[in-house]
Amino acid sequence: MKRDAFDGAPVPSPLHDAPAARQQASGADSPLLFDLDRVCVRLGPVLALQDVSVRLRHGERVALVGANGCGKSTMLRLLNGLLQPAGGRIVRDAAARQALLFQRPYMLRTTARNNIALGLWMGGLGWADAKRRAVQALDRVGMAGLAGRNAKTLSGGQQQRLALARAWAASPDVLLLDEPTASLDPRAKHDVETLVAEFTTGALADGARRGPVSLVFASHNLGQVKRLATRVIYLEQGRVLADLPVDQFFNGPLLQSQYPAAHLFVKGELP
Amino acid sequence: MSTFSESATTALALIVSFDTGLWTVVGRSLAVSATACAIACGIGLVAGAWLAVARFAGRDAVLTVLNTLLALPSVVVGLLVYLMLSRTGPLGFLGWMFSFKAMVLAQVVLVVPVVTALTRQAVEDAERSHGEQLRSLGAHTALRGLLLAWDERYALLTVLIASFGRAISEVGAVMIVGGNIDGFTRVMTTAIALETSKGDLPLALALGLILLAVVLLLNALISALRRWRERLDGGVAAPAAVLAS
Repeated sequence: MKRDAFDGAPVPSPLHDAPAARQQASGADSPLLFDLDRVCVRLGPVLALQDVSVRLRHGERVALVGANGCGKSTMLRLLNGLLQPAGGRIVRDAAARQALLFQRPYMLRTTARNNIALGLWMGGLGWADAKRRAVQALDRVGMAGLAGRNAKTLSGGQQQRLALARAWAASPDVLLLDEPTASLDPRAKHDVETLVAEFTTGALADGARRGPVSLVFASHNLGQVKRLATRVIYLEQGRVLADLPVDQFFNGPLLQSQYPAAHLFVKGELP
Repeated sequence: MSTFSESATTALALIVSFDTGLWTVVGRSLAVSATACAIACGIGLVAGAWLAVARFAGRDAVLTVLNTLLALPSVVVGLLVYLMLSRTGPLGFLGWMFSFKAMVLAQVVLVVPVVTALTRQAVEDAERSHGEQLRSLGAHTALRGLLLAWDERYALLTVLIASFGRAISEVGAVMIVGGNIDGFTRVMTTAIALETSKGDLPLALALGLILLAVVLLLNALISALRRWRERLDGGVAAPAAVLAS
């Protein structure tokens, strides 16, 4: 929904490539989505991110893990442009649409359909088209029957699915999720996770969509990380301590030998 | 105690006898205050919503002044409006002095800070909780303010009650700019002040009781409306864990 960039203003995009190139992108050679170079973010007196240098590419599914307060949410907000770096440099693919989902999505006191339509309208779509698209989106996530329900009366799981529908309707290139299932029961967790998986692998695609969607998500649920991510970034006190493909993060000997703190976190043995 | 019982009896007698003079004064009071509140809400709700989400140099100073204006004495407002509307004042050409419009203007000045400050507080709380999500959807400052104010509309009904209460209960401003002219600008509060000064305490107290009853009735209606709509719209936010399906 955000088209980018620093403080809402468009920036030159050295990362930008033709959309066609992004369609098939999923590997190390795919175009860059975010390029962070020694980025620091300050939240009041706290340095929430310190010297973070990370490159995220189109097609990747990246999990941000770490203890509470390690900087996961700050990182997502930085990527989305809600926060600006106090130091360092961040370049975003200005052509890539983003959708950010929060742990507890905010729904306006109106119908589920209008909540989606308003999001699209704020993104620049006409109201009539926005409402039509909203109905399609609700249908995609299996909530067509709840289109006329006030969104505030929906359950937590339904609201999170509605937030996903709102994101889907905007056809994002990258989905940013901040612990989307943290406060949900197992059934709702499963529903949301399934939707995210379908969303990012392109299974929810329709004729107008461009295929797989990149994913960056924060999670404490390591099982979910294994299921959804292709790459894991471990943060501690605002610093990136480990950045590995998902199989190496969980199974390889590399984590234990080179990233002991992350290894202890995975084993659940951090003090 | 006898004064109270005599007042209650007088008030009841005035009500059941459908005293034309009384109901004219009650009607005028409601008309002046309702008009003033409508205008003040038009200004204050927008200004308060904008102040809640906008960040600019000097905002803290503006908020301090706004909060100070909450304690603005109604006689001072009356005096200022009097000076503005007097023949030699900047708005003297309007010819509003000692009229319904003058009383409305005075009450608008009195109530706008109340509506603005309370709206600002309600919307700023919502902005702190949800503003970031609206920003991520692409809502700019003004739109965010309006959306959050709309979403907090039931909380803002309380602002309406508070502002109406402030308007209908004040006496100083309407006395100065209205002149308490019988049949033209006499309202409940100025009538009470007059009857008290004449020594007719039972009548003054009876008018006071009627004024209280009118305000009580309006508040009850607005509260009932709020509860009804909240029930329909799921206005009470429950924790996500409770909401989980």
